[in-house]
Amino acid sequence: MPPRILKSPAKPATLLPDRFQAWFAARGWTPRAHQLALLEKAREDRSALLIAPTGAGKTLAGFLPTLVEVSSQVAERDAGAKTSLVSTGRTVQRTGGLHTLYISPLKALAVDIARNLERPIAEMGLPIKVETRTGDTPVSRRQRQRRYPPDILLTTPEQVALLLSSDDAPFLFSSLKRIVLDELHALVTSKRGDLLSLGLARLWRLAPQLRAIGLSATVAEPDELARFLVPQPGGKEAAADVVVAGGAAPPLVEMLDTSERLPWAGHSARHALAEVYELIKQNKTTLVFVNTRSQAEMLFQELWRMNDDGLAIALHHGSLDVAQRRKVEDAMSAGRLRGVVCTSSLDLGIDWGDVDLVVNIGAPKGSSRLMQRIGRANHRLDEASRAVLVPANRFEVLECRAAIDAIAENVQDTPPLRTGGLDVLAQHVLGRACGEPFFSDDLYGEVLTAAPYSNLARRDFDDVVDFVATGGYALKTYERFARIKQDKEGRWRVANPKVRQSYRLNVGTIVEEPMLKVRLVRSRSTGSGSTGAIARGGRVLGEIEEYFIECLTPGDTFVFGGEVVRYEALAEDQAYVSRAADKDPKVPSYMGGKFPLSTYLAERVRRLLDDRRAWNALPEQVRDWLSLQKDVSRVPGVRELLVETFPRGNKHYLICYPFEGRLAHQTLGMLLTRRLERVRARPLGFVANEYAVAIWGLGDASFMIRNGQLDLDALFSPDMLGDDLEAWLAESALMKRTFRNCALISGLIERRFTDEDKSRRQVLFSTDLVYDVLRKHQADHVLLRAARADAATGLLDLRRLGNMLARIQGRITHRELDHVSPLAVPVMLEIGRESVYGEAADELLAEAAEELVKEAMS
Amino acid sequence: MAGTSPAMTENGAISITSTRTLDVAGVPFHADLSGALFWEEQRLLVVSDLHLEKGSSFAARGVLLPPYDTLATLSRLAAVVARHDPRVVVALGDSFHDRTAHERLSADDRDALASLQNGRDWIWISGNHDPMLPRDLGGTVADEVAIGPIAFRHEPTGAHGEIAGHLHPKARVSARGRSMERRCFASDGMRVVMPAFGAYAGGLSIRDAAFAKIFPKNGFVAHLLGDRRVHAIAASRCS
Repeated sequence: MPPRILKSPAKPATLLPDRFQAWFAARGWTPRAHQLALLEKAREDRSALLIAPTGAGKTLAGFLPTLVEVSSQVAERDAGAKTSLVSTGRTVQRTGGLHTLYISPLKALAVDIARNLERPIAEMGLPIKVETRTGDTPVSRRQRQRRYPPDILLTTPEQVALLLSSDDAPFLFSSLKRIVLDELHALVTSKRGDLLSLGLARLWRLAPQLRAIGLSATVAEPDELARFLVPQPGGKEAAADVVVAGGAAPPLVEMLDTSERLPWAGHSARHALAEVYELIKQNKTTLVFVNTRSQAEMLFQELWRMNDDGLAIALHHGSLDVAQRRKVEDAMSAGRLRGVVCTSSLDLGIDWGDVDLVVNIGAPKGSSRLMQRIGRANHRLDEASRAVLVPANRFEVLECRAAIDAIAENVQDTPPLRTGGLDVLAQHVLGRACGEPFFSDDLYGEVLTAAPYSNLARRDFDDVVDFVATGGYALKTYERFARIKQDKEGRWRVANPKVRQSYRLNVGTIVEEPMLKVRLVRSRSTGSGSTGAIARGGRVLGEIEEYFIECLTPGDTFVFGGEVVRYEALAEDQAYVSRAADKDPKVPSYMGGKFPLSTYLAERVRRLLDDRRAWNALPEQVRDWLSLQKDVSRVPGVRELLVETFPRGNKHYLICYPFEGRLAHQTLGMLLTRRLERVRARPLGFVANEYAVAIWGLGDASFMIRNGQLDLDALFSPDMLGDDLEAWLAESALMKRTFRNCALISGLIERRFTDEDKSRRQVLFSTDLVYDVLRKHQADHVLLRAARADAATGLLDLRRLGNMLARIQGRITHRELDHVSPLAVPVMLEIGRESVYGEAADELLAEAAEELVKEAMS
Repeated sequence: MAGTSPAMTENGAISITSTRTLDVAGVPFHADLSGALFWEEQRLLVVSDLHLEKGSSFAARGVLLPPYDTLATLSRLAAVVARHDPRVVVALGDSFHDRTAHERLSADDRDALASLQNGRDWIWISGNHDPMLPRDLGGTVADEVAIGPIAFRHEPTGAHGEIAGHLHPKARVSARGRSMERRCFASDGMRVVMPAFGAYAGGLSIRDAAFAKIFPKNGFVAHLLGDRRVHAIAASRCS
């Protein structure tokens, strides 16, 4: 086993050349133990994973081995004969060339790191050339980089894939000695991580001397993450050495003890904003984290409404214009801002200097996620970061309490390493065929060395290659349209240059939501159903997701760009809105954020509920709420599922509390509704939040349970993941979205076209139609397999649902009530506020048709 | 809307039972859930925009769509033909996705098509995708056909009594944060634009300006293809 705890630093003298020691001394620094440890690993020719909190000098630790090595190499090089760096062919081995690749998940981070590296290099006078390469790098510079590579190249996973698909990849990378993977914990949880792992596998072949350094925040399973950094030998597991930096002061986290009434539901935390404003006022620089863009918009607007002191408060989220974001970042580094309201766009990396407080609005979702956010405060390691959690409703109080306890115990809940996606593999196979031709056997062996693909079955690999070549269809009609072909020896290569061009345009795994431009126009006349022309033109407010606009009807109001607007019309790729007088938008644009409540935190919340003594740590309002629940119904136990049924108005409600996060709950709600329909409970709809699912209908569920017409054990039986699931997947919009992503990433459908004149909407192919046809005629096609694998952990969260159903078997407790219970109030309040789900088309259409009847009858 | 009458469904909600009748210039047509129109009196079935071999057409350009679209389209066509047993079938143009698409039909698909044509009149109206249909496909090729007050042509002109295709109408209906998009017939009782029948045929929103040109100012109705019923919804209610 690799050493896990750092001993006292090895002798710096043997590891750090004089020049470096002098530099450290001049700045009044001493090299940190983990910085020396990485130098030692490099000297031992080992790959290493450094786990360190923000502010530990992680980045410098990652680069020190390279700075030391290259500067001594250059010294040797200068002492001997000069070597030419111009390539005359692929086989030329050079003494110089690219030494280190640095990969970051964010373009901005690469640029930021380059700036930070320049300083020690300049101050020590090291003869080391550092360059960045991102999507923004001009073509001329990219070409020069391939011919005359710098010593250190800072780039992104997509650029690595692009470089690897070029003919001269062997020339460019043969000298590569080290790869530094920053924010590795964030990279490996996505398909970008899959793509990167395949790139790594290729690099290990091109440069057998290559060693990796991974830089990561604290994760639940460091040994698993360490596997990512070294070639997997097949059959057994190999891992990089793990170096854990110690010494970080534990953060000081507290929950805002509001003097206001805690809301029952909602995510705005409006009640506490005056108190948040006070916090900003009392501190030098405060980061206010929220979970979604629209929350950020709303909060920013509200804070400015009360900003009598004219504090410099800024807004930062991913949908804002890049120039705007850059301005905020610069103002932030210059220390000109008192507060920044931001989303996860600021979760990663970028060094801010002096943030002295982090405020987290709403649910923390996971303890690791929260710890990383808190780490944004105070980059000095030995001082505690300070954070205040602001729950937006009563359930979030429980979640915040659970997260604070988890942080106190330093428990991590990062997700496990992914199993590599077949769609990403397809993209990689095409990329490989764009470069040097390959034999299937060789490539299969290479792919197996990538940790996420180390268990890839040969059949899956062959199906993917077949898919890349001719689509992988049972009907072999596309041989003549093949994108890659085998030569006489059996080597695969691209069939024509057009394929290569298309690959280059479409590389990457980030599928952007289709966006619409939002333009502000003057409201047109009022009358309902008016189709009068709208004034075209108008100022562009920004961009918004197409699916959001599609759910609106003209007249609906929502918040955008910091104000309430009224949706007027959609024309081509523009959504027209006008200024609305309403203070409260009719349609909330809260989409729940990207991440559901973590499994670990969910269990902690259940434990907290179950432990009466732990309630003492909760605010009085919440204690009263839970006590009342105990009196009128029941507080669910750790492992049980509480189901409540009660009538309200002329409908009957069934509420269950699985605490498994919004995504799993949506799927559960969908499947339960189907089953309830079958037993004639006549369900009408449901809503799901992070903690509960509420279903309502015309059938009296209480009566049906009492009479044995509705068996709860059968209703929640895990076999719903069989036929019911299959039937639902056939029409599920979420599944179609999942399939679309796979179709785009795998290269079945192109995202970007060479012919820029074609308007996007014209050429956009409906993948929903492809999904329907493929599902019917070749249900085991590799893309459908890829989509199903995604559904297990992605938008449908099937795996988590399956685990929950298994957990609660035989542990369902039913309470028949006369009216709504205290615990049910939050989810009941979501009705009409959150989207109502249900995929049955006819009900929705019939409802719209009704209006026509009414019109005809009046 | 002629012939509509509200009725109670088992859930107690008001719905429409007879939207399946779609009048065109006084002639009652049956709007089939598949997107076909059936003229009972003439025993005439109309389908539009089959776009056969669209998959292989894309494949030739490097987009390897599943090659099952012709099979899927013909199977659905066979089902609706079996349901109504028409004397005449009118394919309202763009039956083939490109000029050479018919050459790429598989032997099985060719046979399936032949057996559909067997024992009935088959009229291929030519469309912009298939302006030069060959004779050996079986049936008659024509640019337009007129029967009584009804004219069948591919591209809509807005004429009285016209049944056309070409535009692939689809409509979106939203309510309470849910939204649903379906293919539809677009009609004002005097003329109709038919939904595309082909498995890979995309759609054009009925709010597009192209539809405003065809239907005079007083609006039209979208007959959306639901899962079990056709729903008539005012176009102004759709997006």
